Amino acid sequence: MNNLVYLIPLFPLAGFLINGLFRKSLNKPLIGIIGSGAILASFVVSLVLFFQVKSNGALPVEALFSFINVHDFKIDFAFQVDQLSSIFLLIITGIGFLIHVYSTSYMHDEPTEHFGRYFAYLNLFVFSMLLLVMGANFVIMFIGWEGVGLCSYLLIGFWFKNNNYNYAAKKAFVMNRIGDLGFLLAVFWLLAKVGTVNYHDVFTAESLAKLTPTDITAITLLLFVGAAGKSAQIPLYTWLPDAMAGPTPVSALIHAATMVTAGIYMIARSNVLYSLAHVTQNVIAIIGIATALLAATIALKQNDIKKVLAYSTVSQLGYMFLGLGVGAYTGAVFHVMTHAFFKALLFLGAGSVIHAAGGEQDIRKMGGLKKYMPYTHLTFLVGCIAIAGMPPFSGFFSKDEILAAAYARSPILWGLGVLGAAMTAFYMFRLYATTFLGSFRGTHDQEHHLHESPAAMTIPLVVLAFLSVIGGAVGVPEALHGHHELHHFLSPVLTTEVAPELGHSTEYGLMAVSVVLALAALLFALNKFSKKPELGEPTGFGKVLANKWYIDELYDAVIVNPLLKFADFLKNVVEKSGIDGIVNGVGRFVQYLSRQLRLLQSGQVGNYILFMVLSIVVLFLVFWNQAIILQFLQKVF
Amino acid sequence: MIPSLLILIPVIAGLASLFIQNEKAAKGWALVASLATLCLAVAGACSHRVTELQADASWLPALGSRFSLSMDGMAKMLVLLNAVALPLAIGATYKNSYEKSGSFYGLLLLMQAGMMGVFLASDALLFYFFWELALIPAYFLSSKWGGEKRIQATFKFFVYTFAGSLLMLVGILYLYFKTPEHSFAIQAFYNLHLSDSEQFFAFWLFFIAFAIKIPIFPFHTWQPDAYEQSPTVVTMLLSGVMVKMGIYAVIRWLLPVFPAAVARYDHLVILLSVIGILYASLIAIRQDDMKRLIAYSSIAHLGLMAAALFAKQQVGIQGVMIQMFNHGVNVIGLWIVADAIEKQTGTRKFSQLGGLAQKAPGLAILFVIMAFANVALPLTNAFIGEFMMFNGLFRHSIWMAAIACISIILAAVYTLGMVQKVFYGNTAPATDHSVDSSLNIKLMLAILVIIIIALGVYPQPMLQLTNDTVNAVLAKIHSI
Repeated sequence: MNNLVYLIPLFPLAGFLINGLFRKSLNKPLIGIIGSGAILASFVVSLVLFFQVKSNGALPVEALFSFINVHDFKIDFAFQVDQLSSIFLLIITGIGFLIHVYSTSYMHDEPTEHFGRYFAYLNLFVFSMLLLVMGANFVIMFIGWEGVGLCSYLLIGFWFKNNNYNYAAKKAFVMNRIGDLGFLLAVFWLLAKVGTVNYHDVFTAESLAKLTPTDITAITLLLFVGAAGKSAQIPLYTWLPDAMAGPTPVSALIHAATMVTAGIYMIARSNVLYSLAHVTQNVIAIIGIATALLAATIALKQNDIKKVLAYSTVSQLGYMFLGLGVGAYTGAVFHVMTHAFFKALLFLGAGSVIHAAGGEQDIRKMGGLKKYMPYTHLTFLVGCIAIAGMPPFSGFFSKDEILAAAYARSPILWGLGVLGAAMTAFYMFRLYATTFLGSFRGTHDQEHHLHESPAAMTIPLVVLAFLSVIGGAVGVPEALHGHHELHHFLSPVLTTEVAPELGHSTEYGLMAVSVVLALAALLFALNKFSKKPELGEPTGFGKVLANKWYIDELYDAVIVNPLLKFADFLKNVVEKSGIDGIVNGVGRFVQYLSRQLRLLQSGQVGNYILFMVLSIVVLFLVFWNQAIILQFLQKVF
Repeated sequence: MIPSLLILIPVIAGLASLFIQNEKAAKGWALVASLATLCLAVAGACSHRVTELQADASWLPALGSRFSLSMDGMAKMLVLLNAVALPLAIGATYKNSYEKSGSFYGLLLLMQAGMMGVFLASDALLFYFFWELALIPAYFLSSKWGGEKRIQATFKFFVYTFAGSLLMLVGILYLYFKTPEHSFAIQAFYNLHLSDSEQFFAFWLFFIAFAIKIPIFPFHTWQPDAYEQSPTVVTMLLSGVMVKMGIYAVIRWLLPVFPAAVARYDHLVILLSVIGILYASLIAIRQDDMKRLIAYSSIAHLGLMAAALFAKQQVGIQGVMIQMFNHGVNVIGLWIVADAIEKQTGTRKFSQLGGLAQKAPGLAILFVIMAFANVALPLTNAFIGEFMMFNGLFRHSIWMAAIACISIILAAVYTLGMVQKVFYGNTAPATDHSVDSSLNIKLMLAILVIIIIALGVYPQPMLQLTNDTVNAVLAKIHSI
């Protein structure tokens, strides 16, 4: 019995309860300490467990209690810490802690009660996320899965007086539910065919033998629907940019570093199944690269600092799915990790900028922030270089690994991936140059207000920047004389890629092409936008991109509005005139009949006696010929 | 012993209440009586001694009907639900005042007694008697203390349920004449060897009665009107407990007595139920009235129970069992909030509400938890039930399960829409002067929230409670 395992989710749960129940009687520093301290404690335990896993291999499954146990239907509330989950545990609690610390300063202007509510939600989120990655079966994963959806909903709509934010929150939850439908059906399928949802039991040769190829394709596709919802892939990505309505640290934690990577975790966890489903793999690779490119084109023309980062996240998640689709499971997990570093960094940097600019998010009204905010500027620049894939920053190694695997599957996938990488470099440096270079374009009041953020915000930035620089070191490929430690560490849980080995010279070539193209795009953007930022409204094709290809409008016109019209039709026509019409008709007919029957009650005793005699005769006949009448009735029915 | 007391206490308390003139005395009396019943129900649920859980006395010997009651797992659970529901309903509306409150609370207690009898009776005639006994106080309560359109609504309610009851009575008499010893005892009905054609015919007599009660599409239209127009306490009992009489009756009387007919018509019933789930969910999305939205949401949830029942899978029926309890407590919670809001603001229309979270933060938090139980979020009680029911349905038909599952998306749409329109955004004129709800309401909601989370995290004891019933029913179904 390894009691440490339980402690990891227990701390955030306790933090949630304390801050949630007593938020009115606590003061802000105490709330901040409880909230952040809970995550720090989880991080320390996660670290201890990580080293245990590193030296001894996966820890045994720990069953807390029997959740549902009926006949042959048995689901345990059980946790499992193995190589894959221990990596995710470190990311969630580590980055989670930094973001909690950052939040103590960022949310400081909130009234105490809402400050407490914020930290309660944040801790609840971490708790759910931990369940998601620690669960030893698909049902516990699903509990965490919907739990993080709940917290995402609560935090997007944190400022609930603003109805736009509420719509965004609802949209996020509903679109995630569409994905959850797929997840649930996959779980039902597994339960019906294999009879268990425990990872240990499902991914065995014995269980897999019970599944036909159709079963495997269906299950993997349905799980992927779930992943597409949670990780914002085509066609379910439109909620993520809207989710930027939430406080910026929330965007960093939930909508960049952790929750949205749950889909990647799920597929990596089920890699045994996916390796057997080539149709699904191709679907994932195509959807992944398509999402990566679509989101990148939209990011080119966004002017809201958080929207650019949001589309960038969608695009990067697309890369991770590309990696999963081509069998580069380690590469995808590697990119989850490095992306968590630099995207959290970029979002927190954006938060620092928004904080300084008094809530302004439009980059056209910024500019020249470099001289006011040195730490924010420098760390943001590090994030931009890392995401652009410049060596030796972390993004380079993880992205390169995915692209190399894509090349082995199909050079076209690689070519498209490189194109996306170039666009990434371009829009990130457009963002950087417009925000930090040139001169300030806001009002005089705003300029007066500009300041570097306090230490509680800049220290997390510095730590994340450091990680963004060196994070790639754990996955240096052999072509560059590294050992790819992450690959070796994860190899017990992730199947080795079946892709043919590329020669070292090919790998060098591929790296060179992608780095040179990205560098060119980077320099071009830097040069273009530092001199003359895009300030006007976009025209022509740029307008289509700025309006996100009108996908939201398309969904409204094709799905939402027809469905609402149909619902109105059911409500007003079928229900009211149809079914109710018949029922009321019958009712009125009975009333009419009783009015006629009332006439029989004439008050004349003779009539009554006549009816009595008649009734007795009928009853007598009925009982006498019971069998005959019943036979008649049976024929009628 | 316990079953008889469970009926006797509310009957006596109810009859006595009819003579109480003072409003406070009537309320207090009803609350005390319902709490006494609750204690007894808990004792019954914990008991395993057969002698304590059965009662048998001569009643109408000439007709072959006995006053026999028994309490198996399913009965224990529903008795518990019935016993929990009334004190919660009375407690949450303790500050409301009703004309002639002695009669009002007396009828409530009689209704509770009738429902107790339905869940406990193991004699068909006795079952029918209690079935009607539960309905008649409901008619009076709705038509006397209801909303503006109470007469039409009660009339519709009456037409529907009376038609159902009549068919059921014919069905019971039919089976009675089929028994060799002319008996109404449930065992006599279970031992009947009906031919297929006899089953196919008699099945419908019972099915329509139960389908109206549950309700299964298209027999449902009495419900939104009745829920909207009845006084909210009555609505809580109608939707929280009384509709479970329909599900209960299917498990107790329909599935075991007509296995061949069930095997023949199960696809049809599941199809109707699944249509009903989506139909009611879609209509719920377009409601502007809080009570009607909850009513349609409830119809969708009951439709899933019906579908899972007729799928005849162990896990699904077990899910139905626990969901009967869960749906009961959850929907009562929603009604409590709806009533609290209407009493404060004078309206139930979403278009006139908004921003209540600023004015009533306590109520908002409790309601949001209720709302997420309504969408069956994991770690709330409803997830357990729905997860198991969908599983059962899936084993029966992948497509039906997939289509029915769409309701989890629609449920999120209408439930979160309701939360948003009532609690979020800016305040409206109707909500400008609202204050947080009184302590009794928050206390009742807090109790419900504790039940919701406790059963959502650790459902196993509740699942075990009804294990015996499920196994017995499945044995009967598969005996053909």
